[in-house]
Amino acid sequence: MFDRRLITKFDWKFLLIVFGILFLSVLSLYSVSLHKEQVKSALYLKQIYWIIIAFGAFFIAMVIDYHTISRFAYLIYGVMVLLLLLVMLFGRVGLGAQRWLSLGPFSFQPSEFAKLGILLVLAKYFSENAQGSGFRMSQLAFPLVLLGIPFMLVLKQPDLGTGLSLSFIFISMLFLVGFRSKSLIFVGLIFLMFLPFLWNFFWHHLKSYQKERLLTFLNPTNDPSGTGYHIIQSKIAIGSGGLFGKGLLGGTQSQLKFLPEGHTDFIFAVFAEEWGFIGILILLVLFGLLLLWGVDVAFKAKDALGTFLAVGVIGMIGFNVMINISMTLGMMPVVGVPLPLMSYGGTAMVTTMAALGILMNVKIRRFMLFY
Amino acid sequence: MKRMDLRDYSSLPQENLRKIQRRIVFLLIVIGIGFCGILVRSWTLQINEGSFYQEQSENNRIREVFIQPRRGRIYDRNGNILVNNVPGFTLYLIPEDVKDHDYVIHKVSEVLGFPNEEIVKKIDQRQSSPYLPVKIRDGLTLKEVALFEEDQLNLAGLKIEVEYQRNYVFGRTASHVLGYVSEINEKQMESSVYDNLPPGTLIGQYGIEKRYDQYLRGEPGEKGIEVDALGHEIKILNVREPEGSKDLYLTIDLATQQAAEQGLGEEAGAIVAMEPETGDILAMTSHPAFDPQALSERISQKEWDLLLKDPFKPLNNRAIQGTYPPGSVFKILMSIAALEANKLDPQQGVSCQGALPFGKRVFRDWKRGGHGIVDLHRSLVESCDVYFYKLGEELGIDLIADEAHRFGLGHATGIDLPSEKEGIIPSTEWKLKTRNEQWFPGETLSVSIGQGYVNFTPLQAAYMMSQVANGGYRYKPRLLKETYDRQNERKETFPPVLLESHEISSRTLKIVREALRGVVHEPHGTAGGAKSEFFETAGKTGTAQVIAAKAGVGGNLNSKTLPKLLQDHAWFVAYAPYDHPKIVVAVLVEHGGHGGSTAAPLAKKVFEAYLNKPKEGGEQTLKKS
Repeated sequence: MFDRRLITKFDWKFLLIVFGILFLSVLSLYSVSLHKEQVKSALYLKQIYWIIIAFGAFFIAMVIDYHTISRFAYLIYGVMVLLLLLVMLFGRVGLGAQRWLSLGPFSFQPSEFAKLGILLVLAKYFSENAQGSGFRMSQLAFPLVLLGIPFMLVLKQPDLGTGLSLSFIFISMLFLVGFRSKSLIFVGLIFLMFLPFLWNFFWHHLKSYQKERLLTFLNPTNDPSGTGYHIIQSKIAIGSGGLFGKGLLGGTQSQLKFLPEGHTDFIFAVFAEEWGFIGILILLVLFGLLLLWGVDVAFKAKDALGTFLAVGVIGMIGFNVMINISMTLGMMPVVGVPLPLMSYGGTAMVTTMAALGILMNVKIRRFMLFY
Repeated sequence: MKRMDLRDYSSLPQENLRKIQRRIVFLLIVIGIGFCGILVRSWTLQINEGSFYQEQSENNRIREVFIQPRRGRIYDRNGNILVNNVPGFTLYLIPEDVKDHDYVIHKVSEVLGFPNEEIVKKIDQRQSSPYLPVKIRDGLTLKEVALFEEDQLNLAGLKIEVEYQRNYVFGRTASHVLGYVSEINEKQMESSVYDNLPPGTLIGQYGIEKRYDQYLRGEPGEKGIEVDALGHEIKILNVREPEGSKDLYLTIDLATQQAAEQGLGEEAGAIVAMEPETGDILAMTSHPAFDPQALSERISQKEWDLLLKDPFKPLNNRAIQGTYPPGSVFKILMSIAALEANKLDPQQGVSCQGALPFGKRVFRDWKRGGHGIVDLHRSLVESCDVYFYKLGEELGIDLIADEAHRFGLGHATGIDLPSEKEGIIPSTEWKLKTRNEQWFPGETLSVSIGQGYVNFTPLQAAYMMSQVANGGYRYKPRLLKETYDRQNERKETFPPVLLESHEISSRTLKIVREALRGVVHEPHGTAGGAKSEFFETAGKTGTAQVIAAKAGVGGNLNSKTLPKLLQDHAWFVAYAPYDHPKIVVAVLVEHGGHGGSTAAPLAKKVFEAYLNKPKEGGEQTLKKS
């Protein structure tokens, strides 16, 4: 099944970039978990275990020909929707939202896997229906439904962050397929007409803490000890890092736990406090290189499916990086999007690495003749 | 339209491929712009505003914590401890650590009897971060602690800390003198007196605790600590030790104080005992009293309101805030005024038929049928009213007022307690100023027997008697004898303060003192109940009218048939031993009827407690309440 010649096509530069980011992640988590009496003392160790597992997922996603995977796209999508429904029914509640499914000692977030499902199913649909002249409205209806189902389900949890991530994958692919200007105007008009309704629906489905977050974003100092606390502490952490940062383990904000969620959604703040502007620059360069590498894969992909898959992964990672960091910098409301490859979390790590596996999959098969 | 097969690009024209690539680049540009935005924003935060955030992060982690010095203890003059500090339990809540809000709030309200809203309000008022503990209440009982401890698994976020709390060793004993403490309130935080005190500081709110708060409290120290977001101390960065608070040694003599309190029992009133040679207050009691322990341990608003509205005013220190007509006690001053003004031959007899017609009114004597022919000595011993009506008529109000002022009456004595009342010494000028009316001679007659406008506090009565005992020296009444700075082992002793001395001729003193001795020791004396087998006593009884009837036209009322609240106040002011006065006592029993029967025996108890006590350093058995 696996052609050993593919190994020669494996891109080691990519591995270097990914390892670079993962190294910074483990470093930051080490810093967070060093705090004494920390229950999560082995946080960075756990992350290392997850990275190892995630590489397994990466390997699987890489070796099975992406055309083969694509054949099962709708099945995978179906399973994913089912899992999301199960979460609604039997999910474990954490942090006020129902996101977790437990299988014995092992619990995971199906909403993370939803990203992969959406990626596969949209890439399949778009690549099979792509045309030179762009999409018409009627052709967009189906992918919108495909997106809509998991989107609504994760919004119910409520998990605004994942809902956004799913949309990014869709939007990235839209860039690629293009659509007719008439359709664009039409979609725009429809959107404007339904905006109040959508807003209402959206607003009603937000839990009170999410509404608070949005309001807080507009004025963080309004409630410095409540919801605004995250944003304020995060800005203090990043801002106090200065040019060179406070050095490893020197981040007082995170060391002293002023920064909540320092190991998950706010890991960037922990990193920026200890490594300063230089650190941010290095991290963004690494992500930039990863995305450029992805673009290169998309450019050189053998076929439309490869291109769509690559673009989907680029969009997913690129937008998540953008949203997460903007959030920690106080440029956006806190929506709970993890920073790919950096944030602590098994399911997210496995999902991201599997997505990168698909990217590598496309890359190594670009010279192959598979029909 | 023919569908273009994009499945394989090998057949695709270059142009189409470029179109696809352009779109990918466009996507990349969008993300790139996002990244640039992030870099610009990071630059702004870290470089442009870096120093601001640097400072913010320091403020975050470095806290200036006030170190409360342990509040000074309070002792009596012999070193018996009256107030100290004992470890107690304080309940804190850390909002962020609470797992089950509803249950925790329900439990706290159930155990402590707080309404839910009050707890929520306290949490909402928290400052800075949700990780900082909010003080819910101090002074938890062991039972309350046990109730929280046994359910601690369900009460994440509640923390019980051991802190020092004020302990009033003898309960209500001398509560009006000692006062109580409680946390500084918002209004006090704004006052310059309590400059820079951190919230939560215990300050004196009444009595000695308030008056000498600065000694007792000392200067809080400061500690720079690095904390984590939970407020846990990580390390200490710098320390400025608190400046030692001082222990106080009061002039109060515990045994005498206890005798006074037991003597007064459940009667409303006050007893003041002082040393005539120093102004030292040996005992000061006021009843009803309050429980300083309860007030220092945060009573509820409801209990506080009840205290304030209590018709018997337990928060009132009757010894310095209760002003009463002095009744016949005032005759001492009348006698001295007349003798010193040479307007009286003490041997000259005056006929008393039980009443004195004056203008259209008849001024009655307390004794129906009168005292017969009485001179000054007899009139004081038997407390003849008619004699003093005539004397008052002779002297005129202003001469009486002048003498009273020489004794320091009509002004606060300056005792070291807050909110002392001045009392009233009426005069023509006083009436014109306060009521814009002229003085009527009939009013002088009322004042002559201590009725009408004149009134003073039990402390002022003792103060007056001290001057009779010591020959005219006005020592400032005082409660503080010594302070002791435990930290630096420094003692500071305060000498008595002589405010003024006014000459009272030895002849006058002799005449008056002998008569006062007669009040207790002679057959017709009004205060036989004060007689002790151990020493001689000199004193004067008084009956202050509650309803103006007897001195007026209304004639005699039989006070025994009156309801308690309409009965007269009973006075007795005395000193002992007669030949070498060591202690002066003023007793006032509200609605106690006659001074001789009600107040005099109480004075005897106080005298005996003080004068018969074992020598200092000897065995003392003190009963703790």
